[in-house]
Amino acid sequence: MKFYIALLIMGILTSNFVLSKFLGICPFLGVSKKLNTAVGMSAAVIFVMLLATAATFPLNKLLEKYDLGYLQTIVFILVIAALVQIVEIVMKKYIKPLYNALGIYLPLITTNCAVLGVVILNIDNIAEYASQGVTYGFGHAMVNSFAAGAGFMLAMVIFAGVRSKLETADVPKFMQGLPITLVAASIVSLSFLGFTGLVEGLGLLG
Amino acid sequence: MAEKKKISYGHEFTKGLLKENPVLRLVLGTCPTLATSTSVVNGVGMGIAATIVLVCSNICISALRKVIPSKARIPAYIVIIASFVTMVQMLVKAFVPALDQSLGVFLPLIVVNCIILGRAEAFAGKNPVLASAVDGLGMGIGFTAALFCMGTVREILGAGTFLSGIQTMIGSFVDLGSFNGFDFTPILEKLHLAPMTLFILPAGGFFVFGVLMACVNKIAEGKGLKKADQLGCAGCPYAAACGKTEAACANETEKEAAAQ
Repeated sequence: MKFYIALLIMGILTSNFVLSKFLGICPFLGVSKKLNTAVGMSAAVIFVMLLATAATFPLNKLLEKYDLGYLQTIVFILVIAALVQIVEIVMKKYIKPLYNALGIYLPLITTNCAVLGVVILNIDNIAEYASQGVTYGFGHAMVNSFAAGAGFMLAMVIFAGVRSKLETADVPKFMQGLPITLVAASIVSLSFLGFTGLVEGLGLLG
Repeated sequence: MAEKKKISYGHEFTKGLLKENPVLRLVLGTCPTLATSTSVVNGVGMGIAATIVLVCSNICISALRKVIPSKARIPAYIVIIASFVTMVQMLVKAFVPALDQSLGVFLPLIVVNCIILGRAEAFAGKNPVLASAVDGLGMGIGFTAALFCMGTVREILGAGTFLSGIQTMIGSFVDLGSFNGFDFTPILEKLHLAPMTLFILPAGGFFVFGVLMACVNKIAEGKGLKKADQLGCAGCPYAAACGKTEAACANETEKEAAAQ
């Protein structure tokens, strides 16, 4: 149980996917202009991350069994792409409200580095935690993926607020647009540094 | 540029360096730029790996452009790119394990680097092989140059070193003697200063990137070039691939144009 909580805190606060691991920067900068699109996009990301992990984590075992670990990248990206397409079709047919809410974001997420990143990091975690004497199983991978997605959502929502303030600010001409957005992102990222050591401090990791 | 009958190779090569620099002007590939530019050696290593993938995938996609059906082009491109990434990954693991260690997850993530799919979609899918190779090389060098600039600023300010760790990267190929980068920390200590660690932390990455982009905007403005701010749908390399948002994108782009 402790380990699950540790994974959640790490994913959301101490090693936030966007602000300290630099994964998913494109949607972070591109879609965070308005709060509702930020929330919609993040919800879709959480959904796809969970789905992708559920599919690829067992698949990795199969790859390793036949000594095909080197095919990881190519297999994972194809599985994620196919999965997103299938889910989109199923959702459109049977779960219309959910499709209306998340649908437009789904094709954009297929090739989002946050999704492939979380899937690969989950596989890397197995070896990393094994060296510390901790087993990292399917449940852990799912919790980790959820935490990563939730961290993405937190960063997006906070940043949507920051950006709405930026719009009324008087910014020097050459800093307008992206440069000032990046500097603002830097300050938001800086505030997340305050959480450093939280997991160790609470004694959640043995 | 793609519609021109006559292709000027010089132009295709140089446009990626400055005018259409993928990182600083087109704002593509921001994730690896921010994550791997903590030191010059890391950043340039990432740049070279991505350049190799970009040139190879551009050549391959351009050679197959008449065979790949346009409806299935994105999956086909992804498979081609992923194959080259896997090859590069294996080569790096075998010959430069230190780089594999420091790039970590960002090495396989070259697959989803917007620059590569973006160039496949925007250039290699429509142009002959040689031009695509030159385009890929130019863009790759532009990417590497941007990473070099970011890495230089962040390493000197954040760690007080320059080219540190070069021995572990190319030491086995080139005899560097005992040279392992410049270390400015003794000088700083004499002045009772310490490196600003902030700059190698994520926050510093965002900051340096923002300031660098502002500088490039300022220079571009002097030369009368358009502003780099292309985020939103207009700048998205998948805009053409995602049919569903196409209409929404056109709307948004129009709105943005009207607002300016």
